[in-house]
Formats: sequence, C-alpha cells, structure tokens
Amino acid sequence: MKVLYFAWLRERTGTAEEQIELPEAVKTGMDLMLWLKQRDEGYDYAFEDPDLIRIAADQEHVEADADITQAREVAFFPPMTGG
Amino acid sequence: MQPVPLKILVTANDFDVAAETRRLTEARKDVGAVVTFSGLCRDEAGTLSALELEHYPGMAEAELKRIADEALERWPLTGLTVIHRFGMIRPGENIVLVLAASAHRRAAFEACDFLMDFLKTRAPFWKKEHLTESNEARWVEAKTSDDDDATRWKKSKI
Repeated sequence: MKVLYFAWLRERTGTAEEQIELPEAVKTGMDLMLWLKQRDEGYDYAFEDPDLIRIAADQEHVEADADITQAREVAFFPPMTGG
Repeated sequence: MQPVPLKILVTANDFDVAAETRRLTEARKDVGAVVTFSGLCRDEAGTLSALELEHYPGMAEAELKRIADEALERWPLTGLTVIHRFGMIRPGENIVLVLAASAHRRAAFEACDFLMDFLKTRAPFWKKEHLTESNEARWVEAKTSDDDDATRWKKSKI
C-alpha cells in the first residue's frame, strides 16, 4: 500500500511517500496511525494526536474507523487550510 | 442551453479573472449573473512575506470536482469555474477563484458561497506562512469557524 503524508505530518515523519506492507492487525486508518506512531520519534511526534488527523483512502476522505485494507493509497494530513 | 463545461484547475500559475469570466458569458444570452470570489494573499500588517501552498495532487482536483458537482446539482447554474493555486504566493497575489454563473443572482451567490465553504474544509490544501521578520515558517491552523460555515449547508451530501 502507498502511504502519503502532507504538511506537518510530512515534515515530522521526514517522509512524503512510502510503500507499507500492512500488518495483519491493521484494519482501519486509526489502526494504521497507532502502528506508525510506534516506529520512531518522528512518527510518534507526527501522530501524537491521532484524533486531529484527517485520512483519505484512494483520494477520498474517510473516517478514522473506516476499513482501509483494500485501498491502494492512504494519505494522512492535518485539517485543511486552503482557500 | 447546456451549461458551460465545468472547469477545475489546480495550478502554480496565476489566473486572469476577466478571461475566466468571459469563458462563462461569451456566446450566451441566458446568463444574468456572474458571482466572482477571488481570494488573495494578505501581508498580515506587514508580518507575512509569503504563503506557501501545499496540496495533494490528484485528490485536490477530485475533491474540488466533488464539491462543484454538488453545487451544480443544487443550483441552476449556467457555468462554474474553480481555480486554486499552489506553491509560493506573495502578498497581493491571487490564491483562489470561484466563478458561478446563472440566470439569476441568488443561485450564483449561493453556489459561490457554498463552494468556498466546502473548499476550505474539504479540499486538500495547506498553507504555510513565511514571516518577514525571521526565516521562520509556520503552518496555518484550521479555524473551527470554517467548519461552522460549512455546516450551514446541512442538506449537503458531502
């Protein structure tokens, strides 16, 4: 699965995009955030407040409890500030 | 008469409001109102040197199209254009443009307002402020008032 990070999530993880093999136990966007959080200090900082973070699966907004196991692409980003 | 084809554009380049307005009105006699919203970069009383706009390529266009399609369903528009820039934008420069055209003003006003409310809360763009006084840059925080604005349109499906 392709995983993307934007804005301060990209800066804190030090990663814009990566390929991830989903562990068996990861089903939802929240599961994935909590799993990523354990990787290292940068990811821990990026995902320190997972309730704040927005998720997209295949470029559509999804809730944190939505199943993402079938998605080709998952993205994590802060609340949007365009316009 | 069919509406002018929807135009969604995410670009680093500036846009020309007059040319975009012409695209919605030329060769038509059924357009009675064009409402234009253009958002510009302000300098925050001299403290801001630039806004850096990051976006999610692909999803930005797709999400703007989802919001625009909903507006086209809700209001009898004769044309709709949404342009959003990314990259470094200096004070005084354009950031975003929404043009809504209709036979009557109400539909055009409402569609334009709706587009901006949902664009701000749903379209994947993020602003980073570059300051004049230092080399520091900081991410703009989302405003809860923007979420409140979006909930005004509560019969919305999106």
